[in-house]
Amino acid sequence: MTDRSPFKTAVVAVVAFWILVFVLLPNLLVLAASVLARDEVRFIRPGFTLAHYRALMSTEILGIFVRSIAYAAGTTAICLAMGYPFAFLLARSSARKLLLMLVVIPFWTSSLVRTYALIIVLKANGLINTLLLETGLIQQPLPLLYSNTAVFIGLVYTLLPFMILPLYAAMEKFDPALMEAGYDLGASRLQVLRHILLPVTLPGIIAGATMVFLPALGLFYVPDLLGGARSMLLGNLIKNQFLAARNWPLGAAASMTLTLLMGLLLWAYFVSVRRYGDPREALTR
Amino acid sequence: MTPTPIVRFRNVTKRYGDTSAVDRMNFDVYPGEFLTLLGPSGCGKTTILRLIAGLDEADVGDIFIDGKRVNGLPPNRRDVNTVFQNYALFPHMSVAENVGFGLKMKGLPPSTITSRVGAALSMVKLDELARRRVRALSGGQQQRVAVARAIVNEPLVLLLDEPFSALDYKLRKQMQLELKRLHRRLGITFLFVTHDQNEAISMSDRIIVMNDGRIEQIGTPRQIYESPDNMFVAEFVGEINTLDGVVTAAEQTTLTARVEDAEFPMTNRRGFQPGQRVKVLLRPEDLFVSQLQDEAPGPHLTGTVEDQIYKGTTVDVFIRLASGTTVCATQFFNEDAEDISYRVNESVHVTWIRGWEVVLPDD
Ligand SMILES: Nc1ncnc2c1ncn2[C@@H]1O[C@H](COP(=O)(O)OP(=O)(O)OP(=O)(O)O)[C@@H](O)[C@H]1O
Ligand SMILES: [Mg+2]
Repeated sequence: MTDRSPFKTAVVAVVAFWILVFVLLPNLLVLAASVLARDEVRFIRPGFTLAHYRALMSTEILGIFVRSIAYAAGTTAICLAMGYPFAFLLARSSARKLLLMLVVIPFWTSSLVRTYALIIVLKANGLINTLLLETGLIQQPLPLLYSNTAVFIGLVYTLLPFMILPLYAAMEKFDPALMEAGYDLGASRLQVLRHILLPVTLPGIIAGATMVFLPALGLFYVPDLLGGARSMLLGNLIKNQFLAARNWPLGAAASMTLTLLMGLLLWAYFVSVRRYGDPREALTR
Repeated sequence: MTPTPIVRFRNVTKRYGDTSAVDRMNFDVYPGEFLTLLGPSGCGKTTILRLIAGLDEADVGDIFIDGKRVNGLPPNRRDVNTVFQNYALFPHMSVAENVGFGLKMKGLPPSTITSRVGAALSMVKLDELARRRVRALSGGQQQRVAVARAIVNEPLVLLLDEPFSALDYKLRKQMQLELKRLHRRLGITFLFVTHDQNEAISMSDRIIVMNDGRIEQIGTPRQIYESPDNMFVAEFVGEINTLDGVVTAAEQTTLTARVEDAEFPMTNRRGFQPGQRVKVLLRPEDLFVSQLQDEAPGPHLTGTVEDQIYKGTTVDVFIRLASGTTVCATQFFNEDAEDISYRVNESVHVTWIRGWEVVLPDD
């Protein structure tokens, strides 16, 4: 089993080094910053304190947490509702390759650039309003930009591919004969969906939901660019503490809490994958 | 009087693009029978089952189940169940959940489901594995789950699509016996699909031999094997020797045909006329071989032994006739002929019992 070829050792060493320097170390630094005192000039000052974590408990910040989670959950729900039927049809479409390409193409442009592009689409004299005004469907331009709607549109637009791709992978593995067996055994369409398609593709749903929900919590530039004054989310809070308010410890504490939250969700994800995806589970009944 | 058919195909056609997977088919399935669809790969066997199950719709013609026309009726409202070619077990459910699925969809109370699932599982000898995940089962066990999942619903007709094709020879034989027993015990109509003629012959009450979306012959295994209607059936169902012949004289029920320079009396089942060219078909086990020094056995063919293959209880002797045709004759070991070996190149007589031959028009 343990193949000690120099190539393998080198690859493992590079990856380990990378994780250590660019993942573990920064996180430890953030963790350290979150329990140190604030300093106006040098940002942090030695002296252990949990005050910043207590500060997170303020109604304002708790409100931001709750709203962020609600936005992320809403985005996940919308992406799932749009992505699930799409992935189902995609896996059975003859134009599969082309459609998959269309899903992936947005990745070729930075999502920040694409968010700026959305402004052009959504603003008062933007693409959508012009179109609707021209066709006479509306008389006044719709106030799309700088609203919660715009934030949702931005989040869904940015994150939808991350929902579609794992769902597509699950749908492609799904054997359509299972649905036929369901109908054959007397199940209606709804029952087949509920008792067969959804449970069998659940690992894809969980993967997609994780890949949308977690980034949605931290994507600060979407609410920054598209949202109104009251659209602050967790990502913005953290960014503001570091850059605007210059309160590094509070930002670090918020960041650590977010990391912890994500860690919990990832753990739940792995547990569920083991529950639904691992054949060895079967042997232990 | 024949009973009312439980499944009835009337002029049914199903096309995929340009090919007709099922082409103007007519047949009836009778209550309680074990009917087998036999034919080469791609001849439309699966398509027929799918049309009955409602997973595909006929382009032309009518399908009746239990006297009711079912065209357009969705599969969940048809009283038939299928054992799929690759089983299609639900991977996220235990054995018992798989088997209970149909009953659950019908909304039966859990206690009823539990007891009926238990009964079905013990019928296929899977009681101990009820709580296993289906992914952790062997091929044979999965096959039993698929059967149990279908029969637990007590369908009018059980459709089985090559249920044994993934099993090894020994398990296959065993499952054939078990399925046959299950059929007798349940009294449900079985419509069974296979491309294995031995399987079809040993299991069925009746066989439909198919080719290219059409029916070649319907009959009991015996009729199919002993009196094939045409060359396709004769050659598809078991080994057969084909000899060219010409009718030299014909009566109502008898005829004389010349085969390889010898005149043979034969049974005339198809109104052959003198001068007609015919194919004379003979199963290897119907041919008798005798050595030259033995008394000549009436009308016979003469040839030389080319080869012989020892098969355990039988020996296959390959004999080259004067015309160059090679025939195979299966000789059985018995008290009279403990030693039935021939020398290569030895000249022998070949004959058969009159009436065992099948005569078909040569066209
Ligand atoms: N969904 C489909 N689309 C196009 N052609 C199909 C489809 N299903 C079947 N066919 C064609 O219809 C014909 C009959 O197919 P069918 O599956 O009924 O054959 P079969 O007798 O069950 O063969 P096998 O023994 O290989 O399972 C074949 O020529 C096949 O290629
Ligand atoms: Mg088939």
